Amino acid sequence: MSDNRLSVFKTYKLYVGGKFPRSESGRVYEVTDSKGKWLANAPQSSRKDARDAVVAARKAFGGWSGATAYNRGQILYRIAEMLEGRKDQFVREVADAEGLSKSKAAAVVDAAIDRWVWYAGWTDKIGQVVGGANPVAGPFFNLSTPEPTGVVTVLAPQKSSFLGLVSVIAPVIATGNTAVVVASADSPLPALSLGEVLATSDLPGGVVNILSGKTAEIAAPLASHQDVNAIDLTGADATLAKELEIAAADNLKRVLGPQPVDEGGAFDWSADPGTHRLTAFLETKTVWHPTGALGASGSSY
Amino acid sequence: MPTTAPAFSDATASDSALRRFLHGLPGVDAVGLEARAASLGTRSIKTTAKAYAIDLAISMIDLTTLEGADTPGKVRALAAKAVNPDPTDRTAPRTAAVCVYPDMAATAVAALAGSGVKVASVATAFPAGRAALDVKLADVRDAVAAGADEIDMVIDRGAFLSGHYLKVYEEILAVKAECARADGPDARLKVIFETGELSTYDNIRRASWLGMLAGADFIKTSTGKVGTNATPANTLLMLEAVRDFRAQTGVQIGVKPAGGIRTSKDAIKFLVLVNETAGEDWLDNHWFRFGASSLLNDLLMQRQKLSTGRYSGPDYVTVD
Amino acid sequence: MASAFEYAPAPESRSVVDIAPSYGLFIDGEFTDAADGKVFKTVSPSSEEVLSEVAQAGAADVDRAVKAARKAFEKWSALPGSERAKYLFRIARIIQERSRELAVLETLDNGKPIKETRDADLPLVAAHFFYYAGWADKLDHAGYGANPRPLGVAGQIIPWNFPLLMLAWKIAPALATGNTVVLKPAETTPLSALFFADICRQAGLPKGVVNILTGYGDAGAALVEHEDVNKIAFTGSTAVGKAIARQIAGTNKKVTLELGGKGANIVFDDAPIDQAVEGIVTGIFFNQGQVCCAGSRLLVQESIQDELLDALKRRLSTLRLGDPLDKNTDIGAINSAEQLARITALVETGEAEGAERWSASCELPSSGYWFAPTLFTNVTQAHTIARDEIFGPVLSVLSFRTPDEAVAKANNSQYGLSAGIWTEKGSRILAVANKLRAGVVWANTFNKFDPTSPFGGYKESGFGREGGRHGLEAYLDVR
Repeated sequence: MSDNRLSVFKTYKLYVGGKFPRSESGRVYEVTDSKGKWLANAPQSSRKDARDAVVAARKAFGGWSGATAYNRGQILYRIAEMLEGRKDQFVREVADAEGLSKSKAAAVVDAAIDRWVWYAGWTDKIGQVVGGANPVAGPFFNLSTPEPTGVVTVLAPQKSSFLGLVSVIAPVIATGNTAVVVASADSPLPALSLGEVLATSDLPGGVVNILSGKTAEIAAPLASHQDVNAIDLTGADATLAKELEIAAADNLKRVLGPQPVDEGGAFDWSADPGTHRLTAFLETKTVWHPTGALGASGSSY
Repeated sequence: MPTTAPAFSDATASDSALRRFLHGLPGVDAVGLEARAASLGTRSIKTTAKAYAIDLAISMIDLTTLEGADTPGKVRALAAKAVNPDPTDRTAPRTAAVCVYPDMAATAVAALAGSGVKVASVATAFPAGRAALDVKLADVRDAVAAGADEIDMVIDRGAFLSGHYLKVYEEILAVKAECARADGPDARLKVIFETGELSTYDNIRRASWLGMLAGADFIKTSTGKVGTNATPANTLLMLEAVRDFRAQTGVQIGVKPAGGIRTSKDAIKFLVLVNETAGEDWLDNHWFRFGASSLLNDLLMQRQKLSTGRYSGPDYVTVD
Repeated sequence: MASAFEYAPAPESRSVVDIAPSYGLFIDGEFTDAADGKVFKTVSPSSEEVLSEVAQAGAADVDRAVKAARKAFEKWSALPGSERAKYLFRIARIIQERSRELAVLETLDNGKPIKETRDADLPLVAAHFFYYAGWADKLDHAGYGANPRPLGVAGQIIPWNFPLLMLAWKIAPALATGNTVVLKPAETTPLSALFFADICRQAGLPKGVVNILTGYGDAGAALVEHEDVNKIAFTGSTAVGKAIARQIAGTNKKVTLELGGKGANIVFDDAPIDQAVEGIVTGIFFNQGQVCCAGSRLLVQESIQDELLDALKRRLSTLRLGDPLDKNTDIGAINSAEQLARITALVETGEAEGAERWSASCELPSSGYWFAPTLFTNVTQAHTIARDEIFGPVLSVLSFRTPDEAVAKANNSQYGLSAGIWTEKGSRILAVANKLRAGVVWANTFNKFDPTSPFGGYKESGFGREGGRHGLEAYLDVR
């Protein structure tokens, strides 16, 4: 292939409801690499894009939360498979976004793929780990089961544009929630490309919706949105986090605080994630069923 | 000739119709039923209410002896006790009836003549009921001929448990026919389900309706001859059945828990069940009975305690 | 014809409880006056009799209590779990020993029937302490990692509907996990918490581990605001819960909120009808309906609606309303004049909006705060009484035609605390329970509680769970 060939640029688009729209506002903003070199124009999402994403996420919630845990695990694993095949693209985008060498960027992408595999395996185990039968003092079978909270707004980490991103999305959807993700404002391109992978991984449209733009501008309507059940403030600074937390109180959203802080990129996203991100957006439902009576009347039935 | 309440004549048109009807009754949740019975058991019946309840309970007793060793002497002693339960206190009410085997019915009738205390006789090859229909009907005829006011029959549990509901139904009809008297009031028919053998509450509800459809005057829990007899829960369930039956047909039917009720405290709990389930219309010995024997002395001791303020003892009531 | 079986009065003796004319705040193991000397009276809602006068905590007292709790935290949290366990076991046992006294006290101060305090509240209170006592030395095995740490000082604010039980739900897990607490009971029901303070002394609990501040909402707000409080646990109204969530925004305080509800009790046409009627009654008339998880919306399948309502009305007519200390009383007093006014206003709204009111005919005592058991028919989802929490003995009856419609209506609420399902079909129970967005679902039963069973809501009913292994998380530094 000739070195002189003019490359084909990619138009980066949002990922909402399984489709790739431009921002409803028609706005874009310039995305540069860590040295300030122009990389692409990304859509600058508006309040209405946020609203559309919530509608898509809500619509997808019934099917996704109702899917079998095994099925969700298969799909999360499929995402890892699809990423593996497009690794080069993500290595390039992560290197540009985070100013990493090619080898370091490759390690980040490998870790992100492995994270999907980790969470793929959790879908059908978390219920056994955090749920179970409770030995109540009476003739009842009492079972606690974790259930997804609903539609979760996820403010992705600002610095870790891909491993951090995957680390906050995967646990939310592994448990059956659907997500509206606000990508890193300065480095949204790996997130927008991830949308293309999700679209080809059997993940139902609307389960993950990805928006790029100014975090505060998109997050504010999401934090106050009455049809959003929870918000992950990972990508918000302390001032924004407090504002959003106040707004989130209007319908008592579950709030995952801005910790672990990724200010200065100090947070090590490659560490063992544990289960707290899985459990942060789970509700516990406890169902009481009568068993037979105690036999006081000679009959337990 | 008794007939099925018109509202339900379709239900007994065939074995399958009867099955559909009985299996279409609302289910019973065992835990909830027992919880309700236990909750009513926590009612605190004191002072005037207790005095009322004790006298009412005494008046509802079918004072019973159903032993192979029964003799006319034993039956006469029991009859005397029924008429005059507390020799030290003539204000104690009489029991509702004396309950005996058919061959003792004549003795009981003679002993109780003019007292107002009824004679109830078990029949239909009590307690197992495992005899040919002719034999069972002859048993009933004997008792009726001897002057029994009431017949306590057992249903064919084997037929019931094997799903032959129409057979059970027709047998009750046949017995009911034998209770008729040309020259006097018909004997009232109590139908015993032997709830301990029916095993499930759903079965007890179905049996209750089957018995009521067939013309039972009373539905009765048990013979007193098996492991589990009357309990608050199964009696509550039967009280619900008579309540619902009257609401739908206008026909009032009595209830008789039998076996295992030995203390005043127990008896009062049953009266609370009656009061708060079927209602005060059933608080009368025409509509509610206790099948019991030792219960009477405990009620009498409690009655003495209420009137004297002292706790009584077994030497102050009669052994019969 | 028999005369009616009139139950003679059977009052539980008041003499088992000795209420002092006045009480102080319980701070650092001592009863003390409020810094500004303020006091308020607590009355018996069934008679309006003044029971006692208690100190009214202000911000200065909150500060004193938090400091005491902070000081106690160091040693308490360092104590081996097995030792903390023994303190909690002691408390559980003393509660059992004094349960009749506490039941009578609770009935006097709250207005609920002695039958409930004796048979429900107090046994559950003791069981809760007994259950969490056993966790104190087993936290390594609770699924929160090795050696999970307590948070520090827990500020706990509880409501008036189950004063001592809510105290147990808050204090037992907090102490088991090594936290110290500052607890504020509701202003209308301060007494049982103060008696609990005495139990802590009898148990030899170290000073400052439990502090009790009687007072009003301002004291609660000061507690939430206090910068040295690490954890807020609140049970009460959704409005206050939201205010707390705003108040603690941007802080590191961990919070659990157990708030309002509008529970749907769904009765299918194949339900065990007699037990369903009992479940409906328990669901909405237990504790005069002043229960966050009450089954306040009855969703009945249209095909059995008439039959069920007849049975329900007949059953309601047997409820005995009156002296809460009478052992035969089913329905006691409403907790306060304020709550009675709220119930009355919402019932008037129900009537104004065209719903059809039916109330059991029972004579209401001339003094005290009372409301007859009431149900509304012809209610739709659009009625205020189908959406707002009434927190009183008022049932809204709605109908449905299919399971899908039942689930949709049940979930059509800002709340998500409880729900009930009545059907004899096992697979329908499981399918419907699966679709309900509620934290506690009772199938063929209602309003059952157990210390091992996690309790808490979805949506605006709050977050976090109380009870069971799940209840430990709220007091551990595991996020």
